Amino acid sequence: MELKSHEPTGPIEQRWTEHKAHSKLVAPHNRRKHTVIVVGSGLAGGAAAATMGELGYKVKCFCYQDSPRRAHSIAAQGGINAAKNYQNDGDSVFRLFYDTVKGGDFRARESNVYRLAELSTAIIDQAVAQGVPFAREYGGLLANRSFGGAQVSRTFYARGQTGQQLLLGAYSALERQIAAGSVKMYPRTEMLDLIVYEGRARGIVTRDMVTGKIEAHVADVVVLATGGYGNVFYLSTNAKGCNTTATWRAHRKGALFANPCYTQIHPTCIPRSGETQSKLTLMSESLRNDGRVWVPRKPEDCDKDPKSIPEKDRYYFLEERYPAFGNLVPRDVASRNAMYVCENDHLGVGPKIPGEPRRGVYLDFADAISRLGKHTVVERYGNLFEMYERITGDDPVETPMKIYPATHYTMGGLWVDYNLESTIPGLFVGGEANFSDHGANRLGASALMQGLADGYFVLPFSVGNYLGELRTPPALEEDDAVCKDAVREVKARLTKLIEAPAAKHGPDHFHRLLGNIIWKYCGMSRSRDGLKDALKQIPELREQFYREVKVVPNKDETLNQTLERASRVADFFELGELMCLDALTREESCGGHFRTEHQVDGEAKRDDEKFQHAAAWEWSGDASKPVRHEEQLTFEYVKPTMRSYK
Amino acid sequence: MKTKTIKLHVWRQSGPNDAGRFETYTAENVTEHMSFLEMLDDLNEKLIADGKDPIAFDHDCREGICGMCSMVINGYAHGPDERTTTCQIHMRHVFDRGWDEVWIEPWRATSFPIRKDLIVDRTALDKIIQAGGYISIRTGSARDANEAPIPKPIADRAFDAATCIGCGACVAACPNASASLFTAAKVGHLALLPQGQAERMSRVKSMVATMDELGFGGCTNHGECEKACPKGISIDFIASMNRDLLKSLVVDRGDAEAPDEGA
Repeated sequence: MELKSHEPTGPIEQRWTEHKAHSKLVAPHNRRKHTVIVVGSGLAGGAAAATMGELGYKVKCFCYQDSPRRAHSIAAQGGINAAKNYQNDGDSVFRLFYDTVKGGDFRARESNVYRLAELSTAIIDQAVAQGVPFAREYGGLLANRSFGGAQVSRTFYARGQTGQQLLLGAYSALERQIAAGSVKMYPRTEMLDLIVYEGRARGIVTRDMVTGKIEAHVADVVVLATGGYGNVFYLSTNAKGCNTTATWRAHRKGALFANPCYTQIHPTCIPRSGETQSKLTLMSESLRNDGRVWVPRKPEDCDKDPKSIPEKDRYYFLEERYPAFGNLVPRDVASRNAMYVCENDHLGVGPKIPGEPRRGVYLDFADAISRLGKHTVVERYGNLFEMYERITGDDPVETPMKIYPATHYTMGGLWVDYNLESTIPGLFVGGEANFSDHGANRLGASALMQGLADGYFVLPFSVGNYLGELRTPPALEEDDAVCKDAVREVKARLTKLIEAPAAKHGPDHFHRLLGNIIWKYCGMSRSRDGLKDALKQIPELREQFYREVKVVPNKDETLNQTLERASRVADFFELGELMCLDALTREESCGGHFRTEHQVDGEAKRDDEKFQHAAAWEWSGDASKPVRHEEQLTFEYVKPTMRSYK
Repeated sequence: MKTKTIKLHVWRQSGPNDAGRFETYTAENVTEHMSFLEMLDDLNEKLIADGKDPIAFDHDCREGICGMCSMVINGYAHGPDERTTTCQIHMRHVFDRGWDEVWIEPWRATSFPIRKDLIVDRTALDKIIQAGGYISIRTGSARDANEAPIPKPIADRAFDAATCIGCGACVAACPNASASLFTAAKVGHLALLPQGQAERMSRVKSMVATMDELGFGGCTNHGECEKACPKGISIDFIASMNRDLLKSLVVDRGDAEAPDEGA
């Protein structure tokens, strides 16, 4: 299979404009003849559904939550980047493009990233017009801050709730279209399969999570905006319901899955406190602007009150190893170093959990408080300090915070071309669910930007182009054989889970075990032997899961949260295996993918000669034997260099 | 690390037409570090292993921002701690209160029918937003974001209202099951901003009328909603909403007559 990116050629700053100028359109009176399915109601899905509804398409939008307003985009704290240059500090579309390509460690497609940077400014205009209350200066104009070590202040923010405010903006646009009748919303409805007819994506199979009813929905186009797969680790900063089922089922129906091993571990999360922990909480990365990261130099000090440890016995490991960037090194570097001091040097200060090294490092505000005063520091980080105290019982003003990295974002996802179309014609993928813009590592404040660029501006346009070319797709009804077969298959899959022969444990038990394997072998640091081991363990555990998973109540036609989880865990097993295989095959280190065999002085060593490509995997029918394809990446505008933060 | 045994009385109801009742469970080895929902997760895992129907409850982000979790705990919507969602309650807080016994119920309001156990249907809140909780702006047609400066105090005040997470605790806490705080938060957020002026009068009229039609009660100034609100949204917004509502009814000459002062 040849992967065609369909990216335009010519000067990069003209590509999107030229592409739009020469694409097909659908006339207004014809749009209402087309049904578009959008799965997911976060920034990408909600914005796409609202915009396409506004354009006159018949839109059906699905989400598993009880309201589209609850999609996990809501939890993003920090901000959204845009090349507005309101601060007059030399920012530009090109610079945002450059930073994003470099930050992604030269593993993203240049044309896509440039378009993203170009669209960033229109997103801010759109959001403000909707009433999104971004932070403002006393003069009444929008405020910006520098984020994640960027050299310019291009991040727009809304206290620590930027994701919430942007999502509520998209949600209000969506509700407006629902009221207008152009969008029909299906909350508490989960997509369990994709319907492909005559080579094109033509619908989905869903389960109503209240009644358990399984049915087919037919459309001319299917858009997936279903988020990332970070919950494969069991513990992550994702919402509990985030899952890979929609993308994985599309993958099994022919959509290639690209770079699954690119996952992002966020350095500033609250450490795990015990075995029953259900999720991890992120603390905004902005804390590293004023907090200093350290551990005791001597293992025997790890139990002591941190304030009693004298300065000379403190190991400020980021400042010592990276004098230029210090505590502001990128996420992957900060995370990996925290892991080294805890797991290799045994200097961790996190909670004691039986059978594990103590995982946690201090993030200390004492210096900032003595320099700026308590008032200023609390004004900057008060809401985060409160959140931390609520969870841990400690006040960061009095005693240093403890932090440890956690899975936060997944750069990999379904392979898409420049039009965000997957390898199945008529199946489009936006937001975190696709692989397209962040390469091997995502920069801070870029996820919201990508979700909204895809949702408001790229997907509605690309869908129009596709339908303009296709015109009338072959007739298909919900009671046609292909749909009925798909419904039957889904029912059989659920029955298999409900009727496991030696039912013993709920799905969470297996999810936790799977998560442990992935975290250990395919987390912040990966090795050949470890990955091979994981590839042996996962299929064994998967077999055990199908034998022993216990679903109560043992029927599907009812509200059944255990069944929902079991069905998601089943797909995580297959995805987890592909992640490890992808990580094993990629014999280099880049961005969030760090292979112990490929490093120079502890830093990631890319192999551009052999791996300057996206790896896109094709389902072969056997979860352990997928077929690997490559899309070569070319860099005309940003020359690959080694990332160095020393 | 402190560990306790907690007796739980949980509302169980198989569906909207079932009468429902409390059932009693014992949660063992509850540690101070667990969250309230993790205590229930643990109990549910044991129920599943015993072949018993686990307790159904809504939850998602577990960070206090998505608004999905919804439990009345010992009579308090989201528990007694201020500015806290159910998912943000840690057992340390429960231990501190000396509680060994906890009663857990769903949101109770006619407009929130119970689906199962602690899960209720809150689509009525979405319908209130559909009635006008937006600014009508077409994608791609916005002017430059910095063209209209907004005084910081106004922007901050709008933000205070915009923090609503739509959880419905205000409805659950209100003796009238009114959605006034929820509605007023959206009305207030948009009424304060210059972008929201064009539809200000029609918005408040339509949203309040829809709230009434959906069976929510009226506001009689109990103030329970403000106390229960996990985001601390002030009932002052209800007063501002009522003032706008009154103006819209008296003027009733369409949006051209929208008052131009900030609320």
